[in-house]
Amino acid sequence: MNPKLAQKIAFSLLFLVTLIIILPVLMIVFVIVKEGASAITWEFLFTAPKDGMRAGGIFPAIIGTLSIVLCAVAVTLPMGVMAAIYLNEYAKENLLTRIIKLSIVNLAGVPSVVYGLFGLAVFVMFLKMGVSIIAGALTLSIMELPVIITTSRNALNSVPQSFREASLSLGVSKWQTIRHVVLPNALPGIMTGAILSIARISGETAPILFTAAAFYVPHLPRSIFDQVMALPYHLYIISTQIPNMPKNITYGTALVLLVLVLAMSVSAISMRIYFRKKKKW
Amino acid sequence: MVDKIIAKDLNCWFGKACSVKGLNLSVHSNEILGIIGPSNSGKTTFLRMINRLNELSNNFKYDGSLMLDGVDLKQIDTETLRKRCGMVFALPLPLPMSIYENVGYGPLRHGIKSKKYIDEIVEKSLKAASLWDEVKDRLDSSAMKLSGGQQQRLCIARTLAVEPEVILYDEPCSGLDPISTAKVEEAMVELKKKYTIILVTNNVKQASRVSDRTAFFLMGEMVEIGKTADIFLSPKDKRTEGYIMGRYG
Repeated sequence: MNPKLAQKIAFSLLFLVTLIIILPVLMIVFVIVKEGASAITWEFLFTAPKDGMRAGGIFPAIIGTLSIVLCAVAVTLPMGVMAAIYLNEYAKENLLTRIIKLSIVNLAGVPSVVYGLFGLAVFVMFLKMGVSIIAGALTLSIMELPVIITTSRNALNSVPQSFREASLSLGVSKWQTIRHVVLPNALPGIMTGAILSIARISGETAPILFTAAAFYVPHLPRSIFDQVMALPYHLYIISTQIPNMPKNITYGTALVLLVLVLAMSVSAISMRIYFRKKKKW
Repeated sequence: MVDKIIAKDLNCWFGKACSVKGLNLSVHSNEILGIIGPSNSGKTTFLRMINRLNELSNNFKYDGSLMLDGVDLKQIDTETLRKRCGMVFALPLPLPMSIYENVGYGPLRHGIKSKKYIDEIVEKSLKAASLWDEVKDRLDSSAMKLSGGQQQRLCIARTLAVEPEVILYDEPCSGLDPISTAKVEEAMVELKKKYTIILVTNNVKQASRVSDRTAFFLMGEMVEIGKTADIFLSPKDKRTEGYIMGRYG
């Protein structure tokens, strides 16, 4: 075959495949916006559901999701970063370290519904937290821990070894070096990972199914030991369990969830761009 | 003549590979000792043993003894040792912060709180590294924006700011142009009045220009050491002669 023609065919094929990959994304957004946009009103965003969910708003679910996610991040981020610092900066290559690293890899591969059952057994029942924000948040944070540890380790690892040597060679202690040289330079990477995790756990249903989410709670949570409604679970309920559900409310809920997750991802990306520009090496 | 650093029967390994073999060497106070030799001859390894940076690698081990002012290095706390033996690396390694912060970094971390005192240290160190005139008006701009030669002198200033006794130069001019090299060398000769300097260099001419004594390393062993003039004019060993004449290396 003529090499120029072959090249043309190859490029067109590659382009076509790329197009097919973005097609579902565009379609999802298009369908959800088209079907759901009409439901978005102040009342929808800021009031509780009425008439067996068929009318009213989704305010408790939005607040529920936000509170679960915030609690989860407050637990998982510090723990994950600390573990990452230990593993990347201090841990010696030995059996214990290898076991820890292996567990992290394995934890990342566990299906989310298994985390849900684990949370039910440990937090809800054994630790008697009941179905509550805290039980759901802890379940989500355990699920997200391996991701945070891995992204933070990568961020720490990408700080050049030479920076550490330059600092250590001045007689500055290892901890001060980590605190004043390594961490500030790894922060953008750590934050990007953290925000992407937030986006991911906001949409998770299975882990909160048995641990935090309630079918219907008319009021807002009063403490972290309350059950709450949550967007993904609410979406699941109204799209499968309730007959004669107005279609635009279902899609409107999906739209809110989508925008929430998207907003977090966009902030992560813009933060990355900002820090990359500021990066001085 | 006082011996600042004494190495006795020093051997060291990275894993199974032996990088320094049976080294016996002493460095006098306030001299510039040049160490020359081809790459992989153990020069840098020896230098990094003095401030124990090699020990950051898991598979590094050594035997024999290395003493600073008559005290074995193992008995000196690592941070104190590194404060006393500053290092200037082959590539300029400014930290990603401002010029001022780079120089003030060491003193600040060592617990000096007074801003005024740190200001003084920064000025004094930059002057000693002959960089002050070029940067005095932009101390707050990023150190990464300086030229290579300026960055290297900044690193020298940063090392001086913690007031070491020994300065270990690890091929400090390998990435610099001749004019910057001349400035760094000038600073070095000025500094030996106060400090003991070990200069590892790939540049034979540089050693002949600045060092008082010169040692020639080859494949982990020290072949010869002596007054720089003697080494360059009448080397005792054929291998030294060959290297200096540029027959290999």
